[in-house]
Amino acid sequence: MTLRRDDALKALIPFVGDDDIVVAVYQSCFDWLALNPRDLNYVAVGAMGQASSHALGLALANPGRRVLVFDGDGSLLMNLGSMVTIANAGVTNLYHFLFANRVYEVNGAHPLPGADVVNFAAFARAAGYAHAVSFNDLDRLRGGLPDMLKEAGPQMAVLEIVPGDAYPRDYNYIHGAAARQSFRAALNRR
Amino acid sequence: MVATSYTASPCGAVAFPSGSRIIAGIKAAGVREIIALPDIVTSDGLLWPISRDPGFRLTRVCKEDEGVSICAAMSYNGTRAVLMMQQTGLMDSLNAIRAIGVDYGLPVVMIVGLQGKEPHLTPEDSAAYGVRIVRPILNAMQLSHSLIEEPEDVGHIPQAIAAAYAASRPHIFLIGRAPEAS
Repeated sequence: MTLRRDDALKALIPFVGDDDIVVAVYQSCFDWLALNPRDLNYVAVGAMGQASSHALGLALANPGRRVLVFDGDGSLLMNLGSMVTIANAGVTNLYHFLFANRVYEVNGAHPLPGADVVNFAAFARAAGYAHAVSFNDLDRLRGGLPDMLKEAGPQMAVLEIVPGDAYPRDYNYIHGAAARQSFRAALNRR
Repeated sequence: MVATSYTASPCGAVAFPSGSRIIAGIKAAGVREIIALPDIVTSDGLLWPISRDPGFRLTRVCKEDEGVSICAAMSYNGTRAVLMMQQTGLMDSLNAIRAIGVDYGLPVVMIVGLQGKEPHLTPEDSAAYGVRIVRPILNAMQLSHSLIEEPEDVGHIPQAIAAAYAASRPHIFLIGRAPEAS
């Protein structure tokens, strides 16, 4: 069973509402921007590993919105404590999707430490997330998303993915002022 | 009227800043969100009182750079926050501050306890290498910072926070003497 990243992202599109914030990183971010461009895509996390912490800040400051974070497994390994912080903060509007390809894909595809054994869903449960589940099949993902997103967060879905169609890596856009300005304007528009 | 107490040091009496006045300054700047890791310099005078103050929401983090991101993300809808930590955490967070605070131009306001600094000495005169290097590093990174150690140093807190948010840039308050819990 394999789950292509672009198929997983396409499966998520119908479940992302107009008011939802999406925080995405690395190749998942580039693919998501191509597949579902929207002003409430938050792309400027600055430093590897920080997506979950940006998501927490957004979730705390915007309790009326859902915050979906499309994280990477190598990224999360740099900030495992953030799961404990998120669970302890008591946010119920944070949904953590972990795109687990088990390699540092944009840095030469070197394997993660512990690539064959690390259980991210178990990490999330142990940290205190309300629920955590893993998917490695598109049909199961499609079937599981409605229930997951109906429940209060913080929730984690580990998506055991392989690369699919890869979209261009526009680093100038994600680190540029225009992306931050359009996000800020959209956030404060309503 | 705030009483000022003095404590003997090897070079005579030194005065300590009031924790309650620092907290009042933070509140006067419109800050209700505190993100923190404990720091022994600010523990009794600031973090414990803040943790009991219903006027704040305290988010405890596991590592300091989490707080840089949390504060920055909060700022997008105008939410003001202060991140508290020790200078060791500041050093550990420099890349996040560089990227998120400086490159992205986002307001991240930090209160940093200078653990190991002698009360009667300037940071640059401290025997502690980890203290001596702090301001030169912040200067090299062109980061706005100010020192709080005398009682009268606390007066600029509201204006410094407001300036950081107005200019959308970081500011770091360095706490050179442990604030008193009064």
